[in-house]
Amino acid sequence: MARMKFLLDSDRCIECNACVTACKNENEVPWGINRRRVVTLNDGAKGEKSISMACMHCEDAPCMAVCPVDCFYRTDDGVVLHSKDLCIGCGYCFYACPFGAPQYPQVGNFGSRGKMDKCTFCSGGPEDDNTKAEYDKYGANRLAEGKLPLCAEFCSTRSLLAGDGDVIAQIYKDRVARRGYGSGAWGWSTAYKGGTGA
Amino acid sequence: MLTFETGLRILRRAAAALLLGVVVAFANLTPAAAQQPANDAALMEALKGTLSGRVSIPDEKSGLLQQPRGREWREMREGPVKSFGGWLLVAVVVGLCAFFAWRGRVRVEGGLSGRTIERFSPTERFTHWLTAVSFIVLGLSGLNMSFGRRLILPLIGPDAFAGLTEIGKWSHDYLSFAFVLGVFLMAVIWLRHNFFNALDAQWFKDGGGILKKGVHPPSSKFNAGQKILFWAVMLGALVQAVSGYMLMFPFYFADMAGMQLSLLVHAVSGILFVALILAHIYIGTLGMEGAFDAMGTGQVDVNWAREHHSLWAKEELGGARAHGDD
Repeated sequence: MARMKFLLDSDRCIECNACVTACKNENEVPWGINRRRVVTLNDGAKGEKSISMACMHCEDAPCMAVCPVDCFYRTDDGVVLHSKDLCIGCGYCFYACPFGAPQYPQVGNFGSRGKMDKCTFCSGGPEDDNTKAEYDKYGANRLAEGKLPLCAEFCSTRSLLAGDGDVIAQIYKDRVARRGYGSGAWGWSTAYKGGTGA
Repeated sequence: MLTFETGLRILRRAAAALLLGVVVAFANLTPAAAQQPANDAALMEALKGTLSGRVSIPDEKSGLLQQPRGREWREMREGPVKSFGGWLLVAVVVGLCAFFAWRGRVRVEGGLSGRTIERFSPTERFTHWLTAVSFIVLGLSGLNMSFGRRLILPLIGPDAFAGLTEIGKWSHDYLSFAFVLGVFLMAVIWLRHNFFNALDAQWFKDGGGILKKGVHPPSSKFNAGQKILFWAVMLGALVQAVSGYMLMFPFYFADMAGMQLSLLVHAVSGILFVALILAHIYIGTLGMEGAFDAMGTGQVDVNWAREHHSLWAKEELGGARAHGDD
């Protein structure tokens, strides 16, 4: 079984935000929630880099470790998902996540954050695949339809890659070898043991 | 003596070393990126720790691209906080059981006289139980956030446990106000009885009078141990309230680092608080005959009062008659 991952080639990202828009539209993400965001570091200065960031579906996921109600689970594809029926909105996953992936529908005073929402790698939630109940809570389940996450599908420069970790790591390595430079797959050393493993 | 053979051997070694040097040099000349194509260490290095940038969405907080501190927070919480904290509570319970087995119940040595005097007024008792009941709910729901996943979840299943924890979280948030009010009233009512004085030295010398039968250091309304409890509750409640309200109003008063610190402080101080109150509950119920009445009915036996709070009893009994006197 493939181990699904995102890979962001920061040398290619042009900060067009198409991934963000695609994600919001495909998953009907509520207002105020951004499952994916593009952050521009050193904006306007030498060494400017834009990076599209969402849940990295970590190998040893911190959210999963700290959740008081154990609402996270990992699919056979290595995607980290959670149950909104079990989530109590405590916010611990947000404090633990290195990537700022967990999102909450409300500001959250008095613990009223609401159920946590995050990137599902376009693979829904615990409900039956591609049911209305699943879509309403978690958005699209493209993986069940044999498709990859729409954010990466939409990326015009192919900066954002999604798919089998070994395959996209190889694509990136070939790219770097051909062009002669590459500043690295953002977040990989944090999310996965041994970086690429390639 | 240098022979031709040894000379040749030295030459061969030199050539091998030279070859190795060339290989190493070439390896170093190859761009680092080509060696480790998907390792973002180089990128992190180039950014010099700049992990925050600009976003075009309204949520400016999301400009923080990566926060490595999250992993340290997780390791602290899942590691020392839970393990030391959990074992501390186990140790306190085991310690209290062992103490009870060894010392038994502290009896009123003069026997119950049947006559009582009022130890705590209705206002005092209301304040105590307001604080106590809310503390018990806060303590249980708080411990559940840390230990429930391991201890209760396997017993009742994920749905029931998530429901229970959610109720616990709401109770925890709202009962905090009752608790803070209770502690505030306590401070107002009991502060004047809780300043340490010369008398307390005797209490410490006698080990609180709890270690041996027949030892009763003189004490006013509160003995030194109770004064320590009072101040520990004041300090504990202050720390819990400040760190707790930071968590209840996320990111209003603190940034990410502040939120993470608040949670750790809240957990550690909460566990210490529970450990302290376990000892308080023990001595107030099982550990000492007649003690519970002080907060239960508010009436304590005169002999109990004379043994445990001699100066207070003398003062109280000086003018007024005890209930039951005829």
